[in-house]
Amino acid sequence: MKNKTILLDHGSGGLAGQELISGLFLKHLGNPVLSVLEDSAVIETGVGRLAFTTDSFVVDPVFFPGGDIGSLAVHGTINDLAMRGARPLCLSLGMILEEGLSLADLELIVISIKESSEKAGVPVVTGDTKVVPKGKGDKVFINTSGIGTVPDRVTISAGEARPGDIILLSGTIADHGVTILTRRAGISIKGDLKSDTMALHRFVQALVEALPGTIHTLRDPTRGGMATALCEIAKTAEVGMEIEESGIPIRPEVEAACELLGLDPLYLASEGKCLAFVAPDRSRRALDIMRSQPEGKDASIIGVVTKGPAGRVVLKTAVGGARMVESLSGEPLPRIC
Amino acid sequence: MKYLHEFRDKGLASSLAAELEQLVDGPVRFMEVCGTHTMAVFRHGLRSILPEDLYLISGPGCPVCVTSAGYIDAFINVALIPRVTIATFGDMVRVPGTSGSLAHAGARGARIEVVYSPMDALDLADQRPKDLVVFPAIGFETTAPGVAATILEARRRKRENFTVFSAHKVMPPALDALMSNQRLKIQGLLCPGHVSTIIGAKAYKPLAEQYNLSCVIAGFEPIDILQALILLARQAVESRAEVENAYPRAVSWEGNDRAQGLISKVFEPVDAEWRGMGIIPGSGLALRPEFSEFDALERLDIKIPKAPEPKGCRCGEILIGRCLPPDCSLFAKGCTPLEPIGPCMVSTEGTCAAYYRYGRSFSS
Repeated sequence: MKNKTILLDHGSGGLAGQELISGLFLKHLGNPVLSVLEDSAVIETGVGRLAFTTDSFVVDPVFFPGGDIGSLAVHGTINDLAMRGARPLCLSLGMILEEGLSLADLELIVISIKESSEKAGVPVVTGDTKVVPKGKGDKVFINTSGIGTVPDRVTISAGEARPGDIILLSGTIADHGVTILTRRAGISIKGDLKSDTMALHRFVQALVEALPGTIHTLRDPTRGGMATALCEIAKTAEVGMEIEESGIPIRPEVEAACELLGLDPLYLASEGKCLAFVAPDRSRRALDIMRSQPEGKDASIIGVVTKGPAGRVVLKTAVGGARMVESLSGEPLPRIC
Repeated sequence: MKYLHEFRDKGLASSLAAELEQLVDGPVRFMEVCGTHTMAVFRHGLRSILPEDLYLISGPGCPVCVTSAGYIDAFINVALIPRVTIATFGDMVRVPGTSGSLAHAGARGARIEVVYSPMDALDLADQRPKDLVVFPAIGFETTAPGVAATILEARRRKRENFTVFSAHKVMPPALDALMSNQRLKIQGLLCPGHVSTIIGAKAYKPLAEQYNLSCVIAGFEPIDILQALILLARQAVESRAEVENAYPRAVSWEGNDRAQGLISKVFEPVDAEWRGMGIIPGSGLALRPEFSEFDALERLDIKIPKAPEPKGCRCGEILIGRCLPPDCSLFAKGCTPLEPIGPCMVSTEGTCAAYYRYGRSFSS
C-alpha cells in the first residue's frame, strides 16, 4: 500500500477500496468464507445455511429526498442478504452518535428505522449506542448486521455468472447517487430527484422461487455504481460482458443532472436496484416477473455474458460505438470546464 | 432529453461516419484541443466508428493537466497554513504535487472543501468568517468570467476573508505556441466549444491564416463531433484552411462581450507556465492591482516554487500531442487513476484518464 494514510477515496466503493480490502483486511483476516467477498457470507450450520452480512452507513446529508440514514441502513443490509437469495430474519443496530445531535433528529431516524423494518418484515433484535465528543464524528453513523436463511439448492453468487447469461437490471440507475451529490452541492434540479432506497428481498424471492436454478448471480449496484458491479462480477466469474447503453434505464432528470455535473451515471449508486444474471432461455420470463412487481416496473435487459477475455466489460454506446468499462477509481467528481 | 438524445442518434451517427469514411482517403491528423472533447470521444466509443486513417491527437485543453507542478505544490503549501480553507473544484484534490496532493493535505488536517462554482467558495467565506478562504482558480476563458463575477460580488459583500489564487490561462497564445512547433504536423484543430462561446469563432482566424490550419469549432455530443470532423476532413480534401463553426447553437463569431468584459475588468494578461510547454507570454491571467485585496498571491505573499515534473512522467509531451498515453512507461503501471503520478491521469478530462478508463486494450 503506497498511500500511507486513509483517504476518502478508500471509501468510494471503487478500486482504492478493493485494494484496501485485499491488501490489508484479507491479508490478515482472509478465510474461505470471507475471501469470496460476496454481499453476504453463507455459512453451513449443519441444519441448513445462514447468510450473514454487515454494513456501516455514514451518509451526508443524514436526511435526503426519498429516505434518510435510518431507512438506508435497514434496506442496505436486507439487500445484501437478498443478493445471495437469502430470506432475511433479523437485524442488529449499532449507532455512533456525535455529541450535540438533536434528540428530535435522532427520533426521526429511529422512527424511520422502525417503519422500514416493519414494512420489510425484518425486525431489529439487538442494538448498541455509543456517543463520541463533538467533532469526532458527524451527527450519526449506523452499523447494521443481518442474518438470513438460504433455501436449499439456492447457490446465487458472483462466481456463478456464465457465458450466455442474460443480464437484467431491475430499474433505473444512479437515482441515489445523484440525489446525494446534488444535495451536498446545494444544486436544485427541476424534477423529482429522490433516492431509490428500498428493500428488495421480496422481489428477489419471487424471482428465485419462480425460476429455480436459473438466477445465477444477483448484485445491487451501490457505491461504485453499475460499472463497478459488472467489472467485479466479470473478474470473479472469469467471463466477459457486452452491455447495450441504450438498454440501461435512467430517469430523464437523473440523466440531466449527470450531464450538468459531468458525472457518468454508470458509476453512481442505486440503493434499491439489482442486476440479475439469468440463464438465456428464462430471461424473458425473468423480465416479466420483475416488471410485474413494483420494485421492478422499469426492469430491462441490458446485456449478455460472453466467454471473455475474463474481466472485460464492453459497452455498446447509444451512438453506435463501443468502449471498455472499468471499475470506479477515485470519487466521482464534477467537471470544471 | 431535449438537445441530448437528438445529438446521440445512432442512425445519424452511422451515416455521418460513412460520409467521413468517404472523405478520408489517406492519413490525416487533427487535434482535439479540449479535454471535454477527449473524454466525449472515448465515452461514446467514437474511435470505434472513425476512419482508421483519421488520427485524433489530444491537445492542451485540460485545465488541471496544464497547471504546472509548482502551482500544485503552492496550493498544497497554502492549504497547510493554519486558518486557511481551500475551496476547490473536485478535480484538483487528487493531483499529485512533489509530495502528496490536496487529498493528502486533507488527511493531515488541512481544510479542503470541494465546490462546484466560485460563488460557492464565496458563500463558504460567509459561513467561516474566521477562516481565510482561498479558491485555486484554474481553467480557461470559460471559468475566468465566473471567477471575475465572484470577485466583484465579494467586493459588494465587503468580504475580507475571500481570496482567489489565480492560475487561469487563456487559449489563443497557447495554440499559437503549439502550432509554431513544426514537428506536430497537425492539419486541423477541433476547437473547444466552451471556450469559444466566450472568445468567439473570430479568435481562431489568425491561427488559420498564419499556420494554414483548418479550425472547426465543435460541440460535445457525438453528432457535434462527427459533423465537425467532416468539416475538417472536407477542408483537408479541398486544401482549404478556414475557421468554421459547427456549434452555432452556442458559439457566435464575436463571442460573449459581457464575459470578455468581466475578464478584462478583473484580470490582466501575464506570462504563464504551462506543463509541457514552458512559459508562454501573455497566456495567463492575474488579478489587476485594484483587486489585490482578493489576490491570495498578494495576501499570503506566495511564491510559486520551482518543482520538477514527476520522474518518468510524460504528461508534458502528451499534452502537446507529441506522444500518446500508452507510449509512457508509467501508463497503467506505476500511474493509474488510483495512484496517479501525472495530472493527465487525475482529471476527468485528462488524456491518460480517458485512455485508462475507456480506451485500454480495446480496438474496434
